[in-house]
Amino acid sequence: MSVRKAGESEPPQPEEGGSSAQLSQPVRTSKPAEDGDKKSTNKRLKDVDICVPIVYGTVAFYLGRKASESQSHKWTVYVRGATNEDLGVVVKRVIFQLHPSFNNPMRVIDSPPFELTECGWGEFEIAISLFFHNDVCERQLDLYHHLKLYTEDESGPQSTKKPVVVESYNEIVFPDPLEACFARLQNHPAVIVPRLPAGFNLPNPVSIDQKNDKERGDTKDHPLSQWFLNFSEADELLKLAAARQEVQAHIVNVRRKLSMLDGPPQLSKPPSGYEYA
Amino acid sequence: MDAKDILGLPKSTHPASQEKKSRPLKESQRKPDGISREVYALTGGVPPLMPAVEPLQLKKRPPTDEKITWQWLPFTSSARKDNLQLYHWVKVVNGIPPTGDYSFAKYNKSVDVVKYTDEEYEKHLTDDMWTKEETDQLFELCQQFDLRFIVIADRFSSSRTVEELKERYYKVSRSILIARAAALPGDVSEHPIVKEPYKFTQERDRKRALFMVLSQTKHQERKDYEVLAEAKRIAESHMAARNAKESESLVTFTMDSERAIVFGETLSPPSNSEFAPAMVAHSTSMAENASTLVSLRMLRVYLRTYALDQMIQAASSSAGLRTIKRVEQSLQELGVNLKPRVPTKAVCAQHLELRKEILTLLNLQKQLQHKEAEGSSYRDGPYETPGTPKDRTFVPDSTSFGGEVLGDRVGKRDQKRKALGRAEAPSLPAQSKRPRKLRASDL
Repeated sequence: MSVRKAGESEPPQPEEGGSSAQLSQPVRTSKPAEDGDKKSTNKRLKDVDICVPIVYGTVAFYLGRKASESQSHKWTVYVRGATNEDLGVVVKRVIFQLHPSFNNPMRVIDSPPFELTECGWGEFEIAISLFFHNDVCERQLDLYHHLKLYTEDESGPQSTKKPVVVESYNEIVFPDPLEACFARLQNHPAVIVPRLPAGFNLPNPVSIDQKNDKERGDTKDHPLSQWFLNFSEADELLKLAAARQEVQAHIVNVRRKLSMLDGPPQLSKPPSGYEYA
Repeated sequence: MDAKDILGLPKSTHPASQEKKSRPLKESQRKPDGISREVYALTGGVPPLMPAVEPLQLKKRPPTDEKITWQWLPFTSSARKDNLQLYHWVKVVNGIPPTGDYSFAKYNKSVDVVKYTDEEYEKHLTDDMWTKEETDQLFELCQQFDLRFIVIADRFSSSRTVEELKERYYKVSRSILIARAAALPGDVSEHPIVKEPYKFTQERDRKRALFMVLSQTKHQERKDYEVLAEAKRIAESHMAARNAKESESLVTFTMDSERAIVFGETLSPPSNSEFAPAMVAHSTSMAENASTLVSLRMLRVYLRTYALDQMIQAASSSAGLRTIKRVEQSLQELGVNLKPRVPTKAVCAQHLELRKEILTLLNLQKQLQHKEAEGSSYRDGPYETPGTPKDRTFVPDSTSFGGEVLGDRVGKRDQKRKALGRAEAPSLPAQSKRPRKLRASDL
């Protein structure tokens, strides 16, 4: 990666380890506030990412005998931390935009767990807008999820016991966060932060006002948690590693054949200082 | 499905699809009378846009009350200066032969070639490279052949190139024009030869370049196109990177790529320019990567999947749509999700690297096929010589993956073919002379 210009702080040691080893180069801060230490709220940590893994989706139950024409299913749409930790430290508010046929289709959820339960008969796209705390990010992030009520095989009666679950894993990345924000979040389980080199001075964390309508913001013992899907990167990493190996082997193979075709007497190409990849 | 289910309505078939079936049947059955089916098919099986002459009409033609005879009569043409008397058939209507000049005389155009006096020559037109005799001869030929310089060059006594002759002619004309205009009151600045004089070097280079372009092989043409496309993209990403206010490091990226552009743009023998696109591609993708990263950091918040998509786009920017499809196909064959199910930072990084490696592999395979195609064009006979090592090694023996990708490419017409574990590519019936070689389709 490219080397950035030196900033204000002293050159720190190179990063080692860390939960996500994001820091591969020295950390710099930029744009120190004019008033010195008093207003450190404007300082940002360059080349640092705060990462929030989330899962969002829907769980839909067929109502069976209780089903009516207009309400055949009861479903819940939600955004949760990928490890079911409390997202309230980062997310201030979530707005679920439902189909216009719903009453008040714009549903605002001000406190975690960010979820919404409704009854209906139709499948449609739900727009999920995430609003973050002021020190985290002033811009909203929009996600889209298609509400699924029916399983692929339409054969046989629908079960009232087993819901239709569709979840998507993703990670929210906040590049170059404010120092204060980093300080606040660095130890929270819902958030992945790189380890900063020792001796780095962060302002004292100030916890923000969080609405506490509900007892707890995390979803570890959520009533629907038994239906939550598992998202482990291990499987995918394994598959990717195997695939890469295979492709690399093929590359070696083809390169060999190419050089065989050129043959030693007709070395028209200069010795390779130019590898393709 | 859901609403109809709830309401208990039967699912009806789509009406539009039924209509489509009956229509194509009808068209082939109908054919017009008067001309045979095959001839009609030449027009594409559709009636021509312009109303053709109806065959029936042709028979009805003998008209009218005028008496028409054809006579063998003499004629003269204003285009001829001698008094040559020629004869031809003439349509005589009611005993009156046609009047007027020979109809083709109007095409006898000629050029007003400048005529200078000896005095004028001494004053304005002397030149180190040209003698008066040569200049006179040039102008005579120009007059005789109406400025057809190719012919003039042919007949010119000393061997001068067309450009030299042109230059001399236009220079003389220009000088005379200006000289005469200076003498009389007259403004010639609007005259084309004064405004835009003939440029010898420009013309020579232009013709040379044109010749090179026309004599390019298709191979060369493709390479040049790629190089120019890369250059454009590099320039654009250079602009983007500069706009993002990044420091020297990016500049070194683009400087590398600029050097590569210079390397690739010189009209050099194929082996050289083969390198350039690859080099350019390499530095392009790196520059694109860097600029993508920069633009990502400008966002205050983004999703990991969005970042991955941007990086994939940047890496595939030099690849065509077909190549991208091939990459996706390969991913599927490898059992990898096109979009990672768990897009963590590590997974996305690996996914991106895998895609890049597949791209590399596809490029290398394409190179290999080109090399083999070049080599095989020297072989006799349209049929593969059995046991030729080159054909065998073409398909990698090790695993099924290579066979799949290659076998799939060859058997492209048979889309249902699953070449799992197939060591040899399928041989097609007489459709192609070299069943294992890549057909015109490329990546």
